[in-house]
Amino acid sequence: MTIRHHLDEATILAYAAGTLNEAFSVVVAAHVSVCPSCRAAVRQAEAVGGNLLEQTDAVAVSADTRARMMAQLDVVAPLNTLERSRSITSPITSRELPRPLARLLGGSSLDEIRWRALAPGIAVHDLPLSPQARGHLKLLRIGAGKAMPEHGHGGEEITLILKGAYRDKFGEFRAGDVADLDESIEHSPVVTEDGPCICLIATEAPTRMKGLFARMLQPWFGI
Amino acid sequence: MALAARSIMTPPSGTRSTLEQAEMASLIARVSERRDRLAFAALFDAYSPRLKSFMMKKGAGAELAEDLVQDTMLAVWTKASFYSAEKGSVTTWIYTIARNLRIDRLRRESTVHFTEIDGFDAPDEGPASDHIMIRSQEDRFVSEALATLPPEQKQILMLSYSDDLAQSEISEKLGIPLGTVKSRMRLAYRKLKSALEDRT
Ligand SMILES: [Zn+2]
Repeated sequence: MTIRHHLDEATILAYAAGTLNEAFSVVVAAHVSVCPSCRAAVRQAEAVGGNLLEQTDAVAVSADTRARMMAQLDVVAPLNTLERSRSITSPITSRELPRPLARLLGGSSLDEIRWRALAPGIAVHDLPLSPQARGHLKLLRIGAGKAMPEHGHGGEEITLILKGAYRDKFGEFRAGDVADLDESIEHSPVVTEDGPCICLIATEAPTRMKGLFARMLQPWFGI
Repeated sequence: MALAARSIMTPPSGTRSTLEQAEMASLIARVSERRDRLAFAALFDAYSPRLKSFMMKKGAGAELAEDLVQDTMLAVWTKASFYSAEKGSVTTWIYTIARNLRIDRLRRESTVHFTEIDGFDAPDEGPASDHIMIRSQEDRFVSEALATLPPEQKQILMLSYSDDLAQSEISEKLGIPLGTVKSRMRLAYRKLKSALEDRT
């Protein structure tokens, strides 16, 4: 997989700091799991966290907590290497999906998704988040050759392409590529003729679209 | 390996570091290979006071902080064999465990377990041995790079990593546009990256 479009460096730092919201974290983790270059960048950014942990002042932990901790060691054994390889390969593996997403879908493949039609050629599938989560996370399927209305973003948005491809003014986005767009950016993606495009999208606020048709579409669209 | 790595390290400059990473890595190896309780106790004594402080800075009360320290250190005990130098220093690895467990605690009712999503226990491509040497020095390069950041970039990093503020919250708190927060984060990251890459 040749990846051409990567995460914004500011997004990488926020992920490493642990301040990215739930929906965005999933998309970032999914891209990072297939992109060695962003993975290396996340590791570097995590070293900042390690450094701050090292520099932080010590606050004494109670003797009681320490004693309880040591007593727990008799009950809980370390995982050995065999269990380690088992825990990595099972229960969920997927050839077509990044591991974090495969885990979230409970092992279902993209063919087993229950899509909800939004408009001709456009379908969506909402992914569950915790009740207090502020963002939205969904899978979107757009038919081959379909043009999305030109739209800006009422808030932050990150898209990971899972299957198929689309083109916009930033180039062609294929499986593994991520579009990490600023709220100020407007674009009008067109799905290539090769087949439908399926992507994973995290959004913060409703997308506002330009044009009458787009505004009519917006209530259904909900992205 | 641990001894070789230690011999090429020079004392960290300008830090209060007492967590000698080659030593920490050998403690992790003893837990992983021999379930060595003394090695674990040494890790607990080195990390738990820092972890408690880390959790309290992010708003946890003393009791919750100690709870999260226990969870983190228990994961260190059970997952010691998952540690690889490819992921960074032991301190950085423990930081990611603490970060993930804390996020999961905050999202208790969630079906999305960040400890699983992030995959800090996932396998890495096997590192070359010279790579491990470099990692053992990485902490020092990071702290040197952080020390040379302009104050406005350092401030944004502290607000993110230490005070746990999202980009939009930093923008509100400092009264600067979100775009400025992001560009300062990008500049800080690039400086860090080039500091790490110049040395390797
Ligand atoms: Zn990438």
